[in-house]
Amino acid sequence: MPWLTILMAVPVVGAVLVALTPKGNDKLAKQLTLAVSVVVLALTIAMAVQFSPKGDRFQFVETYEWIPRFGVHYGVGVDGIALVLIALSAVLVPIVVLASWHDADAPSAKRSVKTYFALLLVLEAMMIGVFAATDIFLFYVFFEAMLIPMYFMIGSYGGAQRSYAAVKFLLYSLFGGLLMLVAVIGLYVVAGKNTFMFPELIGAIQDPTTQKWLFAGFFFAFAVKAPLWPFHTWLPDAAAQAPAGAAVLLVGVLDKVGTYGMLRFCLELFPDASKFFTPLVIVLSVVGIIYGAIVAIGQTDMKRLIAYTSISHFGFIALGVFAMTNDAGAGATLYMVNHGFSTGALFLIAGFLIARRGSPHIEDYGGVQKVTPKLAGVFLIAGLSGLALPGLSSFVSEFMVLIGTAERYMVPAIISASGVVLAAIYILWMYQRVAGGPTAEPVKEFKDLNGRELWVVAPLIALIIGLGFYPKPLLDVINPAVDHTLVSVQVEKFTPAIAEKGAGQ
Amino acid sequence: MEPAEIIPHSGGVIGASWLMIALPLLGAAILLLGGRRTNAWGHYLGVLMSLGSFVVAVLAFLQLAGGRYSIRLFDFIPGIADISLLVDPLSISFCLLITGVGSLIHIYSIGYMSHDPDRRRFFAYLNLFVAAMLLLVLSSNYVGLFIGWEGVGLASYLLIGFWQFKPTAAAAAKKAFIVNRVGDFGLLVGIFLMWTTFGSLAFGDISGKVGEASQGTLTAIGLLLLLGACGKSAQLPLQSWLLDAMEGPTPVSALIHAATMVTAGVYLVVRSGFIFEGAPTAQLVVTIVGVATLLAGAIIGCAKDDIKKGLAGSTMSQIGYMMLGAGLGPAGYAFAIGHLITHGFFKANMFLGAGSVMHGMNDEVNMRKYGGLFSVMKVTAVTFIIGYLAIIGFPLLSGYFTKDGIIETAMHHNQILGWLAVAGAGLTGFYMSRMVFMTFFGKRRWDSEAHPHESPAVMTVPLIILSIGSIFLGGYLVLSNRLMLFLAPAVGRPEELPVFHWNSVAGLATLALVAVGAVLAWFKYGKAEVPEVAPRGSFVTVFARRDLYGDALNEALLMRPGQWLTRIAVFFDNRGIDGLVNGLAATIGGSSGRLRRLQTGFARTYALSILFGAAVLAGALLLVGNL
Amino acid sequence: MTTEYLVLSALLFAIGALGVLIRRNAIVVFMCVELMLNACNLAFVTFARMHGNLDGQIIAFFVMVVAAAEVVIGLAIIVTIFRTRRSASVDDANLLKY
Repeated sequence: MPWLTILMAVPVVGAVLVALTPKGNDKLAKQLTLAVSVVVLALTIAMAVQFSPKGDRFQFVETYEWIPRFGVHYGVGVDGIALVLIALSAVLVPIVVLASWHDADAPSAKRSVKTYFALLLVLEAMMIGVFAATDIFLFYVFFEAMLIPMYFMIGSYGGAQRSYAAVKFLLYSLFGGLLMLVAVIGLYVVAGKNTFMFPELIGAIQDPTTQKWLFAGFFFAFAVKAPLWPFHTWLPDAAAQAPAGAAVLLVGVLDKVGTYGMLRFCLELFPDASKFFTPLVIVLSVVGIIYGAIVAIGQTDMKRLIAYTSISHFGFIALGVFAMTNDAGAGATLYMVNHGFSTGALFLIAGFLIARRGSPHIEDYGGVQKVTPKLAGVFLIAGLSGLALPGLSSFVSEFMVLIGTAERYMVPAIISASGVVLAAIYILWMYQRVAGGPTAEPVKEFKDLNGRELWVVAPLIALIIGLGFYPKPLLDVINPAVDHTLVSVQVEKFTPAIAEKGAGQ
Repeated sequence: MEPAEIIPHSGGVIGASWLMIALPLLGAAILLLGGRRTNAWGHYLGVLMSLGSFVVAVLAFLQLAGGRYSIRLFDFIPGIADISLLVDPLSISFCLLITGVGSLIHIYSIGYMSHDPDRRRFFAYLNLFVAAMLLLVLSSNYVGLFIGWEGVGLASYLLIGFWQFKPTAAAAAKKAFIVNRVGDFGLLVGIFLMWTTFGSLAFGDISGKVGEASQGTLTAIGLLLLLGACGKSAQLPLQSWLLDAMEGPTPVSALIHAATMVTAGVYLVVRSGFIFEGAPTAQLVVTIVGVATLLAGAIIGCAKDDIKKGLAGSTMSQIGYMMLGAGLGPAGYAFAIGHLITHGFFKANMFLGAGSVMHGMNDEVNMRKYGGLFSVMKVTAVTFIIGYLAIIGFPLLSGYFTKDGIIETAMHHNQILGWLAVAGAGLTGFYMSRMVFMTFFGKRRWDSEAHPHESPAVMTVPLIILSIGSIFLGGYLVLSNRLMLFLAPAVGRPEELPVFHWNSVAGLATLALVAVGAVLAWFKYGKAEVPEVAPRGSFVTVFARRDLYGDALNEALLMRPGQWLTRIAVFFDNRGIDGLVNGLAATIGGSSGRLRRLQTGFARTYALSILFGAAVLAGALLLVGNL
Repeated sequence: MTTEYLVLSALLFAIGALGVLIRRNAIVVFMCVELMLNACNLAFVTFARMHGNLDGQIIAFFVMVVAAAEVVIGLAIIVTIFRTRRSASVDDANLLKY
């Protein structure tokens, strides 16, 4: 069964159907979107259970010739890393649909409600495609095409400065993408294998200088996408102006394409260049971790604050990728998933607050806990997950990234670990100002979470807590894939300073 | 004597010791998820779960017989750590303390929180705390310990900020968590270092390989663990959060900020004894931190008018004693743990007593508004005074044996540390007597609306039980070295068992100084009239009242520079990085705007430019042709 | 002998180009363009003669066709502009700018 093609086709067909729904019947469009996204989720689960971690590296592989003249294929397939990220997208979309139920109804929206939901489904197809692509050209196509629905979602349904934010987002991403296109073509030409298929291109480039140039092209695109410091300033604008649901997909999934690309393409295609650039990337990541956290502390707008925390978290992910140890790599991959859930929850709950109060500014709140304990409670849990509290999912990944980094680079690991203190400051200070203290006058009329909102939050919280205590199912899938990646990179395995007793004899 | 081997175990009560954690966790889950439906019976469920844990702990204790058993529960992070428990004399001692004192405080809270609309949530958090604390002490590796470590931090955060609507409470909760996180950072880095050195995070594995590690590494690990311990146990320099933490409801102060959580640092040092014993420098730092804190806490305690803050200073000070003991190696461990247990009893006793006083006095905490309460709340007063006598080390009461043991051992180890500890005991005598005189004796200085009354039985019975422990526990544990022999399989013991002398120099000096302190307090606060408004006092008093300028120091050194840094970073981000990008965009936009002007609309201009271009092309061709 | 033809062609072209650049009346500009085209034609034909093949002559025919088409369309445009704006000056027709 061509699982991956079906996974992409279902949302595309769904999007067409949603776009064809009669005008004025927004509810039908919403319900249809929800149904389609749930079907995609069910299909993803059905596919995931058939995945065998110990089997072939890429599974559910489909390869058809697309442009034979240039060796371009429609090639899809997943390994453990891609699988968990596809699962992340499939889980988040129905939640986002439910959470954005009224987002597109706002009178400020420039386009119709059904368009928003159709765009959402198109975006889902693109997100699945970008992680599933095993042909680098196809990956590039999805990488760029993904921008289109997101551009319209920000530009047509966003906040007051949406055009500025949308254009900024588009220009940044296009600029990065352009450099990547150059590198993709360069890779094709230099490798001289007349193919864009990723598995065949591993090890194709041996010349160190060529590797460095091509690496730079790919890495720049991914660094803008992720975003790494100092290419990050588009993210707070885009995330703050996007409707909450779009912000979740933007930060939760779209940005993961950057870190995913680093792990999949940069490391494996250009192992020597990756090692050459590792010090630079680690410095950027560590600076990003600390810098993102410090700037987050100084934000007055909740959504911008969450966006800056994400910049800090992306620093952790990039650090884990480039530490090139099994623990850090697996941790970084897990982090991509966990970050999607925890930051997703934070954005959505901040969205609920903003929907009630009509303002993203922290100072407009106060005493929410007293009026709406449930809302404040889930806000706190999501926040605690953001500060990597043990027992919640992001702790596992942050711990693995840090301990894996420490295996090779102790000093960056220590500096990054100080991020845990800063994280506590930005989250708890925000929570204190929003939920603590005397109840602000407008807050008194807040209603607690309604049924729809509970359905949005409950699965996320359940995942955050569940994966916090039992991350093994995900790690079992991720670990072999990361091991495989690092074998291609040819790095030494970690051995502790004091080896196992008797091992030396 | 070396610690015993750890044996994997699965059956019996010990195999089921995970129930200790699971029961309160289940309780917390039911109460939090159940919402208002559980309001009616939630507090009983909370008590029941805590008592259930206590029963399991007692059964496991009875079955233990000095063994060390590990129980593997499930895989956590494959390759790095699993969740597994280590049931040994050390952990079971803590379990008994946590669940025993914890249950009493649960019961007490039924009465104390009876008027609070959110009582159910309070019990949920208490249960959560018990579960996390038990995970902390039962875990057999540093990862599990860290989960519990942060878990108790979370529970502490939630409970200090239980009255979120009070801005001071919300701020205190946040402060506690953040300062704790600084300590956690140390613990985390210590864990990294242990992982890269030993390739394992299980206590058993590390203690087996510790001999092969260099002393420098061990010292580094030891100091990092100590930083963690300082955060959790409010030792210098991370002490500032504990006094603010008194914003929480009083049972919380008793359970978390006196009896159990704050002693986790001592547990960490004792549990990591294999590291510290290989790193004398780190041990020395532990003892110095302990002594510095025991003096600082005592000095702060001398000047506080808020009864809870006075007790908080005293807690700091007593944990300083435990730290001192823990830094003395196997000779000190048993006394440190012994003092920890007896302190758990008498300090919980006094905190709950203070709560009982506040309950009767409309939540007034200022001791200058108390006075003469002995006659109106006899049970509270008597039990409080028993706790008081225990803490100052009145002969034959609990504190006498355990604190004396620490001082005695310290004296053997290092005279200076020993005498400083003795001086601390004298200060204890002063500030605790001051508290008792100001609260229960002297003239009545109550507010006009205050109608002090004795608390209900649900509150006084726990007080009575705790005060019984405060009387007898110390003697039971220390005489004939019961605790030391019991703990030996877990932490080892000195070759030579200490013998208790009532007439040692240090012991007599301690008693004398305590007596002097108590008499001084009597003259100042018992006999003389206590002014209702605090006098300005000498600079020493002001110094102590301001928590030795700990907050001021933090603010000047960390908070203000931090705020500036934040502001600069935000400015740099908006104007610097983003400004650069936007500036680039503006430059490109501007120059294309200027370039646009070339399109004049006049056909001849275009014609001229075509001609010009053609001429250039022709010229270029000619030039190339000539080359 | 053919050089003179080329010189004549260059002169005609230069006159035409100068006319396009400095004259304002659209009709005159137009005629100058024609002059340039015909100067080119002369050059093409001359080259055909010089090289002894027919390529230049064939291209000259193409140019004539293009010139004819241009006249038809160009004159039509000029007339239309004159009708609406009452002016045949190229300087008045500068609306298509920045």
